[in-house]
Amino acid sequence: MRRQDESPIVVLGSRLLSPYIMLFGLYVIFFGHYSPGGGFQGGTLLAASVLLIRLAGGRRVSRLQIQEFATTPLAVFGVIIYFSTGLVAMIMGGYFLDYEMLPFTGMEPAMVRYWGILIIEVGIGLAVMAILVMIYDNMVKGEDYA
Amino acid sequence: MIYAASDLPYRGDPDNLMHAEESITGTEVVGSYVIQEAYKDAKTPNIVTVILGDYRSVDTFGEQVVVFTAGLITLLILRSRRRQI
Amino acid sequence: MLDFFLGHYAYWFVIILMCVGLYGILFKKNLVKKTIGLAIFQTSVVLYFVSIASKWGATVPVKDSNIPVEQVANYLNPLPHTLMLTAIVVGVATLGVAFTLIMAIYNRYETLDEQELLEKIQ
Repeated sequence: MRRQDESPIVVLGSRLLSPYIMLFGLYVIFFGHYSPGGGFQGGTLLAASVLLIRLAGGRRVSRLQIQEFATTPLAVFGVIIYFSTGLVAMIMGGYFLDYEMLPFTGMEPAMVRYWGILIIEVGIGLAVMAILVMIYDNMVKGEDYA
Repeated sequence: MIYAASDLPYRGDPDNLMHAEESITGTEVVGSYVIQEAYKDAKTPNIVTVILGDYRSVDTFGEQVVVFTAGLITLLILRSRRRQI
Repeated sequence: MLDFFLGHYAYWFVIILMCVGLYGILFKKNLVKKTIGLAIFQTSVVLYFVSIASKWGATVPVKDSNIPVEQVANYLNPLPHTLMLTAIVVGVATLGVAFTLIMAIYNRYETLDEQELLEKIQ
């Protein structure tokens, strides 16, 4: 995109606001057990905090926060977390994604399900954030295509 | 279509009969079973998260695959053509 | 009469949104405007499902430890809310793919109008 005159008010406001949105997104992910929230909502909030910097500051500034080639491995890592809990549960006997057979020691079966749901929510949030940022990056870069 | 809306959703918005929310039309309804058994199964107060993460976790896995495929499609459009024909 | 109106106004609102979305898909000639109509249509369907699942005197499907007991009449039905979470995310993915395809069409054919596209393809 052609560089227009960047107004300093927009840049200052978004730089001031973006860490709080990221903190709130992490809170929504980890409190998915006790209040409405969970994986998808927290992932979208985290992606919003990264995209705010990219929209307001241009491409040169935002490359310092999350690199453009690092979003694809993050997305794959998020899906792998989800898939590996299912495979570990299947290896220990039981069905696919049956949380009672996970190798946690010394807890009753209901608490093992608690920790299983928490691991899955973290994986979902990471994958959704990386994919939303990746969609934006590819759409901006593909403007000079052909 | 406004005629159909006045006729078929005969029960209004805050009304109480939402097609057998608590009682039985033959067998047990999914909603009442989940509300009664969710805390004993997973020790989690949030019932929506328990459904999405424990009773229907394969649906959530399929949805993650859908979002991942959508991201991959944008990557394939980006690929720049360097071959000069 | 007022009772009838107060009971049904949510469904009329959803029907108006659905008709606006359908009008955008069918009668506009630009490709981006059609995609925006598709997004409005998806939002209206999600809103319809959520507005069905409401009840007088019941609370959010999060288990509260203070007053409401485990009797089922105190909580909302959690099943439509769960399915709508999945529907929203699938809608976002569909919109991403649609805009990427629009960009590819523009880079190839230099226009985004429907009539000129049909002439250029032949």
